Amino acid sequence: MTVRAPAPAYLDGHLPEILSGWLFRSDETQDLQRDDFDNPGMIFVDQALDQWAMVDGSEGKSCASCHDDPADSMAGVRAVYPKWNADAGEVRTLAMQINDCRETQMGAKKWGYTSGDMTAMEALISVQSRGMPVNVAIDGPVAATWEQGKEMYYTRYGQLELSCANCHEDNYGNHIRADHLSQGQINGFPVYRLKNTKLNAAHDRFKGCVRDTRAETFDPGSPEFVALELYVASRGNGLSVEAPSVRN
Amino acid sequence: MRITAITLGITALAAGAALADPVEPMSVKYDDYGAIETSLSGMPGDAVEGKKVMSSRGLGNCVACHEVSALADVPFQGEIGPSLDGAGDRWNEAELRGIVADAKKTYDGTMMPSFYKTSGYIRPGNAFTGKAGTEPLPPLLTAQQIEDVVAFLLTLKD
Ligand code: HEC
Ligand code: HEC
Ligand code: HEC
Repeated sequence: MTVRAPAPAYLDGHLPEILSGWLFRSDETQDLQRDDFDNPGMIFVDQALDQWAMVDGSEGKSCASCHDDPADSMAGVRAVYPKWNADAGEVRTLAMQINDCRETQMGAKKWGYTSGDMTAMEALISVQSRGMPVNVAIDGPVAATWEQGKEMYYTRYGQLELSCANCHEDNYGNHIRADHLSQGQINGFPVYRLKNTKLNAAHDRFKGCVRDTRAETFDPGSPEFVALELYVASRGNGLSVEAPSVRN
Repeated sequence: MRITAITLGITALAAGAALADPVEPMSVKYDDYGAIETSLSGMPGDAVEGKKVMSSRGLGNCVACHEVSALADVPFQGEIGPSLDGAGDRWNEAELRGIVADAKKTYDGTMMPSFYKTSGYIRPGNAFTGKAGTEPLPPLLTAQQIEDVVAFLLTLKD
């Protein structure tokens, strides 16, 4: 696992190096993540593997009908998401792509954007890229979305007037009350949190962080959070895909 | 005679209450360096109350970002801002009042929130609900709470 890597050039020297959130957690929490038998997030990966083969929707298909063994078909996929989908003409997160397959390929109902089914499926797909470097594209057709996400990252939202950068760029490594601030990277998502004993989607984390600035949040799956996800993911280009990570 | 004395007493209290009308957040006068000369509540601060405001999560929660040795019993003090030990030597009362009310007037662009400000926010929320709030928002601290905090900060001498 690459848990520290050189900062991408487009961070303009704002970070001396990029660091996985894993580095900021206690020894016990780190150990839980390191061992698949101890990692509580792996239970959900197993559940998603059952789901993978389950027929659902009007077309009588499962994920396996089209994608066969995820170990082959999904290897490397997580590492490049969010990415541009030319047919749809949009930036797609993994969750959006999964729901698109459910709706248009399977004739099945969409999953809630941060639902248990969705985060488990994202974890299963992410595991197939574990150890590979995050490598999302930031130019070409996604450039405008990336710029939008960057703008959001430096905006001081809410009554506390705090931006993502205030906490995760200027103060990573420092404590804010009891919390040890990381760089707010998403290479470990979805993450299993000991606090709520489930897998947590990146957009739910974003929502919690924006709410903590006493701001009106954005919705998970909203165009704003998709843009923010693309930008934040790109800040981790070079770190390993680690999902499912374990956090306190 | 007794009746008169009581009447006077009540009158004096009423006058005191009138004097204590707090300065509204929009009407606060900051000097060029961000200091505020006079009490925001019109009343003196209470350092014991100020200590509570600084330590409580639901109030100032100043210890989220600052270490204060005099509050050693409060666990998990943050490391975002400078230690406040000796703040009462470094700053006078007017300067401290300005920093607590709106630190951005003393330190341009500082991460420290403005505790006596009610509008001009980007996506202001309704406290920590994540829902939209309507400006003017209630300030993070009342005029009297700010005076109380200032009174406590003035006790922090090296
Ligand atoms: C009937 C066929 C079909 C089914 C069933 C199906 N998919 Fe897909 N899937 C596709 C096709 C076709 C694409 C390529 C879409 C594109 O590039 O626009 C795709 C793409 C994907 C991708 C993106 C791969 C990449 O390299 O970018 C993911 C992830 C994915 N599917 C997950 C799933 C999951 C999870 C399920 C089940 C819940 C599922 N799919 C069910 C046909 C299917
Ligand atoms: C007031 C401080 C604060 C602000 C502002 C803030 N965060 Fe956070 N964030 C935290 C804390 C505390 C944690 C938990 C500890 C950690 O991982 O840093 C956290 C965790 C995260 C994580 C999880 C990292 C991991 O590895 O588990 C992500 C991702 C994140 N934040 C993204 C953001 C984004 C994006 C924004 C802006 C929209 C933002 N944060 C704004 C305080 C903040
Ligand atoms: C989110 C972080 C944060 C919070 C919360 C916060 N501060 Fe600060 N404070 C700072 C930072 C950062 C500075 C340094 C100013 C700068 O250079 O930007 C500072 C500076 C100060 C100073 C001047 C520094 C000195 O001692 O010389 C005082 C006094 C102060 N804060 C008091 C308070 C009080 C009282 C509260 C709560 C009512 C509070 N702060 C809450 C971040 C914070």
